[in-house]
Amino acid sequence: MQTLVAYVENKPGVLNRVSSLARRLAINIDSLTVGPTENEEIARMTIVAHTDERGAHRLEASLEKLVDVLLAENISTRALLERDLALIKVSADQQNRPHLMELIKVFRARVVDVAPESLIIEVSGTVDKIDGLLEVLRPFGVLEMARTGRISMTRGGDLLQPPAAEPVNSELESASSNVT
Amino acid sequence: MKLTGAEILCESLTRLGVREIFGYPGGAILPVYDALGKSKLHHVLVRHEQGATHMADGYARASGGIGVAMATSGPGATNMVTGIATAMMDSSPVVCITGQVSSKVLGSDAFQEIDITGITMPITKHNVVITKAEDIARTIREAFLIANGGRPGPVLVDITKDAQQASADFNWEASEPKLPPKRLRNNHDQAEFDRAVEMLNTAKRPIILAGHGIMVSGAMRAFEQFVRAGNYPVAMTLLGIGCFPANDPLNLGMMGMHGEAWVNNAIQEADLLIAVGMRFDDRVTGDLRTYAKSARKIHIEIDRAEINKNVRVDVALIGDAREVLEKLTPHIETRDHGAWINHIAELKGDSAVRDIQSLPDNGHLYAAHVINDIWKETGGEAIVVTDVGQHQMWEAQYYHHNRPRTLITSGGLGTMGFALPAAIGAKFARPGSEVWVVVGDGGFQMTMSELATIVQEKINVKIAIINNGYLGMVRQWQEFFYDKRYVATPLVAPDFAALANAFGIRGERVTKRAEVVPIIQSARESDETVLIDFRVEQEDSVYPMVAAGASLSDMIRRPNNPLVETATEP
Repeated sequence: MQTLVAYVENKPGVLNRVSSLARRLAINIDSLTVGPTENEEIARMTIVAHTDERGAHRLEASLEKLVDVLLAENISTRALLERDLALIKVSADQQNRPHLMELIKVFRARVVDVAPESLIIEVSGTVDKIDGLLEVLRPFGVLEMARTGRISMTRGGDLLQPPAAEPVNSELESASSNVT
Repeated sequence: MKLTGAEILCESLTRLGVREIFGYPGGAILPVYDALGKSKLHHVLVRHEQGATHMADGYARASGGIGVAMATSGPGATNMVTGIATAMMDSSPVVCITGQVSSKVLGSDAFQEIDITGITMPITKHNVVITKAEDIARTIREAFLIANGGRPGPVLVDITKDAQQASADFNWEASEPKLPPKRLRNNHDQAEFDRAVEMLNTAKRPIILAGHGIMVSGAMRAFEQFVRAGNYPVAMTLLGIGCFPANDPLNLGMMGMHGEAWVNNAIQEADLLIAVGMRFDDRVTGDLRTYAKSARKIHIEIDRAEINKNVRVDVALIGDAREVLEKLTPHIETRDHGAWINHIAELKGDSAVRDIQSLPDNGHLYAAHVINDIWKETGGEAIVVTDVGQHQMWEAQYYHHNRPRTLITSGGLGTMGFALPAAIGAKFARPGSEVWVVVGDGGFQMTMSELATIVQEKINVKIAIINNGYLGMVRQWQEFFYDKRYVATPLVAPDFAALANAFGIRGERVTKRAEVVPIIQSARESDETVLIDFRVEQEDSVYPMVAAGASLSDMIRRPNNPLVETATEP
């Protein structure tokens, strides 16, 4: 499993280009999350892909060839913070509710919706932690679940920022004229 | 200044230096055609939109500039797909402009509506839909910038009909390209560069693999200086042919599936491969497990995604070929490769004896003879545009190109039907050059309707149909690997000479070797297009051949006494 981060133009069709590229390279995506950054014109993606280091290099380099991708980087080997968020709707009656609350506490999850027959639990953390909670909730009856997929960030001073706009190279454009 | 979107498009193309547009009109692009009629742009009416894209591609490859193709929405746009993919696989800068239904009805399955940007996403370098007249100038400028920047490729611009009709302010200066900012990568660090220099200066058996990138980068002079500095033997990829003179003693010829035996053997024995602007295609490497086992590898390449894709390399020097070569050449200290070069000469062994040119005249007409005679008669100075198949390989083997951009051929996609339209584009790019089409009887029948374009545009190209009555390369595979079961490869064709006449083109037929040179001379003397139907040996094969997936060392060679059957009249 390889983790890549990409900064892309925040506009329609870009997600399609990215996912279409992965499909063309026959790379299976495990999770892909996308959301705006502090600059609303730029979105940030975290791509978790079923591939090896070589496949990740190909994906990274091919992504950067897309006009709308500003930067793509394989961060799999770096010190990472990873977060996944899940909403889990679980059956809860009067009897088992206290037991459920105990588990929720242990996993540092939260109850965000209470109904007579069910609860919605919000949990965030690593994939392992969410999988772990899911495992212990299963016997109670998981009715519905939604997960965001992984977002990742390199730790500390290891910054991954979108490149700043640079002036247009007008020389390149004139060279593109087809007068020979 | 207020102009319609269609007028802005024509004005922008003119300012970008475009002279010819290859296209086909239709409902959703009609406003543009109306504006075209009032502009100085010359529109070449094709007979099928695939032809338009191949013409734009041929134009781009012959000129080094950008070719422009145009079509309407729906079927006009989908007919372009093969031509766009051809340009993509061979890194050819083509800008395709398609009409689209009005933005108000987008997504409603309107008449001739198709999602062409969705369809072409994986086969374009970039594509874009324009729905506003005021976006046209900037987007077209961006399309040109993208098509010819870095590793070139096709760009498709889809313009809705209402954007063509609406009026907007036209201000060229204010519509500068605004492409997203890209991270600047450090292409290679000093340590990597130093390792490359160390490898170059310690190699005993180096060989250069010269690719299309040398031509794209305009690195011919820098490449020659690099070759001379190190006295390196040079092997060519199919698309690299022309980037280094064929008559230079250091030019060994083509490598790969139908490469010369001594070239493939030299690659297998080399201790250093210096790959420049090439991508280790499977047609070049054969079985990767046995490919150049004893060689260290330096890869000079502008596209990071090509590094370690097929062949793992020891050093990657990412960047423009010219810049990297100019940086490397001053560091080359060792040029004593005489023994290695002599050894490669010995590797030629009995190749000359097996060469079909050396066989005594048995009265039969071989494709290789025809192509070699065209080479001799044109002094190797013509632009030759080939189709795909046996004749393409024979062209690469028997027409010796000394200058860049004189062999135009579909390499990566292997698109049959490419030759005739691409040659029309090449002729527009280089009107003063002699242009020959070398095409098989199969591929010719795919796009022969473009003969009408030739007549309508009054252009002069020479068409040599290498007619063996088979889909020759497929037949050859059936002969070698399917026990001569010729399924769906025997091919009926019209009388090509009579067909040419029907179009108003002079047509000739040649069946004997003695007729070849006179007819080539006669065709060259004509100011008009001449089509020659060369009825060649039906079951000749291209040698040597490395079977798909086999080791490069494992070549099928031409038998010393080939058993050939006489060409028969159909």
